[in-house]
Amino acid sequence: MSVSIRWADVCPIETLQPERGVAALIDGTQVAVFRTFDDSLYAIGNRDPIGRAQVMSRGIVGTRDGAPTVASPLHKQVYDLRTGECLDVPGIRVPTYPVRCTGGLIQVALKALAPASPGGNAAPPGAAP
Amino acid sequence: MKRLVVAGYGMVAQRFLEAMRERDTGGGWHVTALAEERRPAYDRVRLTSWFDGEDLDLGGPPPGVDLLLNTPAVAVDRGNRTVNGEIPYDALVLATGSKPFVPPIEGSSLRGVFVYRTIDDLQAIKAYSAGGSVGAVLGGGLLGLEAANALKGLGLSTHVVEFAPRLMPMQVDEGGGAVLRRHIEALGVRVHTGRSCASIAPGLRMGFADGGTLDVDIVVIAAGIRPRDELTDLERGPRGGYLVDETCATEDDAIWAIGECAALHGTCYGLVAPGYAMAEVVADRLTGGHAVMAAPDTSTKLKLLGVDVASFGTPEGEGLDVVVSDQISGVYAKLLLTDDAQRLLGGILVGDASSYPALRACVGGPLPGPPLSILSGQSVAPLKGTAQVCSCHGVSKQDIDSAIAGGCTDVPGLKACTKAGTGCGSCVPLLKQLLVEGGVKLSKALCEHFAYSRQELFDIIRVRGITSFTALIGEFGTGRGCDICKPAVASILASIGNGYILDGEQAALQDTNDHFLANIQRDGTYSVVPRIPGGEITPEKLIVVGEVARDFGLYTKITGGQRIDLFGARVEQLPQIWRRLVDAGFESGHAYGKALRTVKSCVGSTWCRYGVQDSVGLAVELELRYRGLRAPHKVKAAVSGCARECAEARSKDFGVIATEKGWNLYVGGNGGFRPRHADLFLSDVSTDVLVRTIDRFLMYYIRTADRLQRTASWIEAMDGGLEHLRSVIVDDSLGLCEELDTMMARHVSCYEDEWRATLDDPKRLARFVSFVNAPDTPDPDISFGVERGQKVPA
Repeated sequence: MSVSIRWADVCPIETLQPERGVAALIDGTQVAVFRTFDDSLYAIGNRDPIGRAQVMSRGIVGTRDGAPTVASPLHKQVYDLRTGECLDVPGIRVPTYPVRCTGGLIQVALKALAPASPGGNAAPPGAAP
Repeated sequence: MKRLVVAGYGMVAQRFLEAMRERDTGGGWHVTALAEERRPAYDRVRLTSWFDGEDLDLGGPPPGVDLLLNTPAVAVDRGNRTVNGEIPYDALVLATGSKPFVPPIEGSSLRGVFVYRTIDDLQAIKAYSAGGSVGAVLGGGLLGLEAANALKGLGLSTHVVEFAPRLMPMQVDEGGGAVLRRHIEALGVRVHTGRSCASIAPGLRMGFADGGTLDVDIVVIAAGIRPRDELTDLERGPRGGYLVDETCATEDDAIWAIGECAALHGTCYGLVAPGYAMAEVVADRLTGGHAVMAAPDTSTKLKLLGVDVASFGTPEGEGLDVVVSDQISGVYAKLLLTDDAQRLLGGILVGDASSYPALRACVGGPLPGPPLSILSGQSVAPLKGTAQVCSCHGVSKQDIDSAIAGGCTDVPGLKACTKAGTGCGSCVPLLKQLLVEGGVKLSKALCEHFAYSRQELFDIIRVRGITSFTALIGEFGTGRGCDICKPAVASILASIGNGYILDGEQAALQDTNDHFLANIQRDGTYSVVPRIPGGEITPEKLIVVGEVARDFGLYTKITGGQRIDLFGARVEQLPQIWRRLVDAGFESGHAYGKALRTVKSCVGSTWCRYGVQDSVGLAVELELRYRGLRAPHKVKAAVSGCARECAEARSKDFGVIATEKGWNLYVGGNGGFRPRHADLFLSDVSTDVLVRTIDRFLMYYIRTADRLQRTASWIEAMDGGLEHLRSVIVDDSLGLCEELDTMMARHVSCYEDEWRATLDDPKRLARFVSFVNAPDTPDPDISFGVERGQKVPA
């Protein structure tokens, strides 16, 4: 089966500094997009579920036990960028979104990816640009 | 409803009314309180700080109490159960306190002779002393030294006259009195012990029993207190006071007595703590309880004229004593132990009372270590199990200890297990201390990415000339860093390099506050704080701040550091706001950085009739010198123009207080979670010596402190403490001073305003957008309400 995915433009890749994030507004949804030191891209919800403000894009990017992470700038809870899971408070997570870089442009899709669609061109989270 | 009348309205009565309010939930009692003074109860223990303008108010009576001010209880009719002939009672609580004891001296009622008990007394002393130059205090006890402090603070040359052969004869022994005397004389107060004043002649000439005379402008009699027990003819104790049993009941079963007017089993206690205990007992009894008084704790710890004095348990009597008397450092300590040296009976500490909490907790039991090592301050004062470590989450020391016993070995473990430290975070240093006390070997590693402490990383970066995080972590760390090590390294790079903090890779290290040069608030908006050096601002600039706040709709508040905080700015508004501020001559206040915040000041000798130096001028000079200096934590400072200390300099990382001869420097003060008075570091120094010493103090702090360690805990944790600090930055024992001076000189010459530098560069401005794909759309989730005429987060 195949689900159509609509990719929305975020910004040129060079606008996003390695190890920082930007906020994007896509169909009314706020998304935080990060670029890690190895040029992998990740997109998660911009809303801090604990601090309840749209601030995740402004957190410090790093690693914990090898996993790429961002820390909420409000109270420093750390989230796994790959899964959205909060590593400090069990049971808390933020949504994750598909993200890719095509033609030097970062794009995010709001809908969840279809399970293994042959011929699909969606990159999984963490795809290198 | 039964009628309860309280005669007297001081601190103990206030506590009693509050205790009744808490316990009498069914509203069984209608309460009337009679106050002699024209103001509600105030904090008499801190009476002297009234001169500093401190508010001593205790919050007034609880709701429902009929309070009659200016209405002393003058008559009790026990037969008809009425007070003042008209107020009926079912229960009467006597809380009439004490009156000053005035010895029978000729001339004691002359104009210019005062007692020291009420705010009215202090007002009269202050008014009368204006224009005077010499003051004398009769009485060298606790109250007398408080009064001497007050006279000294009013600018008078001060004498203390004590009949006994030593100061504070009731609290300390001869050795302690001698050390205390040296301290107090060093402050410029003349001490006359073993002398008694026989008469006071008009014009105020004091005549002594030994024939000498002393001409003064004002005399304050502070020779002790006597219980006020003249209201009714109930049975008294041997030295006065209404005789009460362990339930605080008098011989009349409708009358109780609490506080200083009560003689508990015959003894009056002139301390507030036993009075509070009595208040609780009577409130409990009147509401059906069965509380009784435990043996009152007469331990006291005070700061008199800046000198720590503590007494606990029974310091005098039969037993073995251990005495340490160090006339050079001005420390005296005495412990009294049982004859078998197994149990602590009591003790006295003068000059350094840091071991007081530990020792007081040990009274009646064994000492926690060898007496000499305890007295020399080598043992850390253990907290009681019930002591609250984390007040955000109500976590006690017991909770922490059992978590450690259950296998927690580090601070993150304690946080996860007990929630302690996850609120404001200010108890984290205490958690580390408890881990050490619990036998856990703490790793000095900054985080999982670096096995080094902040100090070691500082030295690595400095010696190896490392300029980027990537280079540092590649050679000395693992992984790609986190919210702990990145800002710490960013701070070190800024302290060493003195450059713009947001260029290239360095931008990725900064916390959001430094990244946007503003303070993030709970709704994701930011606050803006322009620098107002020393709190001095022209009307024109003040108007600009007001106009900017109005035009951008910012909530406006005056800060504790004498500047103005503008709240509710969205990320994309920050450059526009700062354009206006920079054009008007403002620069960054670094309120967002672990950096120098403000140098607060009082108005000083320019305007103030008491000021002895230009405190504003010095504060401005210091703030401009150290502005933008990145440090392990924020740094706060203040300058006071005289000993009245209106700038509260002793609560700052460094505080300067003007003297007639120059400046006194204090270091290591702290407000916040664990308040700490700064320690005197230098006395009567010139501005040049002062500035050079502060330069070195700050640079040594920046080089050696832990991440997020304020100067107070830095000094407390330092091996050798203040003396070590003095040897390094005054005596140059490590040969480091030249380097510290050079570092500071570079900071001063390289300073540039971060906001001006940001506004001048379009590349640097690029990050200030709400959404990278919709830069003109504000965050739709931010909304505001209105409170007291200003906007606030919805």
